[in-house]
Amino acid sequence: MSTNSSLIHVDNVSFNFHGLKVLQDISFSISPGDFLALIGPNGSGKTTLIRIILGILKPSSGRIVLMGEEVHQFTQWQRIGYVPQKATLLDPYFPASVREVVAMGLISLKRFPRLLTRQDESSIDKALDRVGLKGLKSRRIGELSGGQQQRVFIARAIVNGPDVLFLDEPTAGVDADTQARFYDMLAELNRKEGLTIVLITHDFGIITKHANKVACLNQRLFFHGTHEEFCSSQAVQDLLRGEHHLVCHRH
Amino acid sequence: MESLLSYAFMQRALLAGFLISITCAILGVFLVLRRDAMIGHGLAHVTFGGVALGLFLYLTPLLVALGVAVFSALGILKLKERAGLYGDTAIGIISSLGMALGIILVSLAGSFNVDLFGYLFGNILAIDPEEVWMALILALVVLITIVLFYQEFVFLTFDPESARTSGVQVRRLDKLMAILTAVTVVLGMKVVGILLVSALLVMPAAAALQVARSFKEALMISASVAGISAIAGLVIAFYFDWPASGTIVAVSGLFFLVLFQARSYRKPAQEELNERV
Repeated sequence: MSTNSSLIHVDNVSFNFHGLKVLQDISFSISPGDFLALIGPNGSGKTTLIRIILGILKPSSGRIVLMGEEVHQFTQWQRIGYVPQKATLLDPYFPASVREVVAMGLISLKRFPRLLTRQDESSIDKALDRVGLKGLKSRRIGELSGGQQQRVFIARAIVNGPDVLFLDEPTAGVDADTQARFYDMLAELNRKEGLTIVLITHDFGIITKHANKVACLNQRLFFHGTHEEFCSSQAVQDLLRGEHHLVCHRH
Repeated sequence: MESLLSYAFMQRALLAGFLISITCAILGVFLVLRRDAMIGHGLAHVTFGGVALGLFLYLTPLLVALGVAVFSALGILKLKERAGLYGDTAIGIISSLGMALGIILVSLAGSFNVDLFGYLFGNILAIDPEEVWMALILALVVLITIVLFYQEFVFLTFDPESARTSGVQVRRLDKLMAILTAVTVVLGMKVVGILLVSALLVMPAAAALQVARSFKEALMISASVAGISAIAGLVIAFYFDWPASGTIVAVSGLFFLVLFQARSYRKPAQEELNERV
């Protein structure tokens, strides 16, 4: 668990909320190029852990090192992309065009007063092209379907060329076909462009198909390892007994 | 129209009313979308305490109200952050205290002259040249600040959590927005009075949100609704001898109704988009 070669290092992190232990002694690392699936039951602390890693919440104890910097001193936000869970709960009447939403992702690259240049417009076009939505630049985001909106949020998260992309249950409420296309797109970003992906999901199909690392969380981290170790882990099999049947193969 | 513009008080009212209304309308879009629309109403009540304090101490009421409003806006923010209160609860506490302060001071002073009445119901037609200058400067400061921090404010309004992970200084910008709101409320108070100032913030923004397809469009429609309402309201008030404040708000209310109807005629785009993508 070296911090030197890892992009993100979670070191003995605990988090208490109103006296309740939400996370206890979590330690693991994420390396460049990983596609890490973070799984666990509802209320297991997955979203809390992501929010701690991103500095939105302060841990009760322990530390987070992002790209060699302590998270509270971290300044290289342009290297991070984040698609929060509530992106799926977007206000459908919010007056933002697709272009404006993607442009928000450029903010970490820009100096005050952060005016957009012609090159920025080209970056927005490229990001939308990568998620297959270039033709919808001028549309109001609320007019798009859930799957299309999620692709816009991915475009926003990758428009500044980040090294790591965090996604918190990005396909909640999205139909199965759209989910499959969405995850294929993520896998392509991971494999072809080397984008490190940290994905919170309940979908075991994604884990077996795309992820190369898996972390199982339920207040404590009771598994962290490769996809193959996950598939052969007795602890995981015991945990999932009766709920899921794991068919492990990677594409 | 020519006879209307021959009066210096109308020239001042039109200039100040137009710029202040536009400022309120632009800030209002952010406030409405941040679910902070009622902060205008709350701070307006607080400014009643500020105006009463100014009159009681024989200081410039507008300046005292400005100080009290800024202090209160930051107090509301602090209560939300530190005491874990919902926004409307924090606004309720601070605005009630401001109003209570005003009532106590009015009672202690025995009575104030018509000044206080003017602040409650607005008296843009009686705005003096110094107040016009102060209003213009403050309105320009608010507008320029919004332009300079536009990208941050839009991101913060749309998705505060992601804005934070993009390096946006969320707390600082929340404070800045609170201060801008306080300044804008005090400005709006001069146009339509304490009791109607929240309408200047909410009505044009709500009207714009019925039809806007982008954030910039929402700002432009909101500003247009506010500017036209201010001019039309003042002209109607002049010729029909109606109260200016009520007329300006009534005109912007009409705009809201028209755009609300226009929204129902907008073609649903979802099916078309699903076919294209």
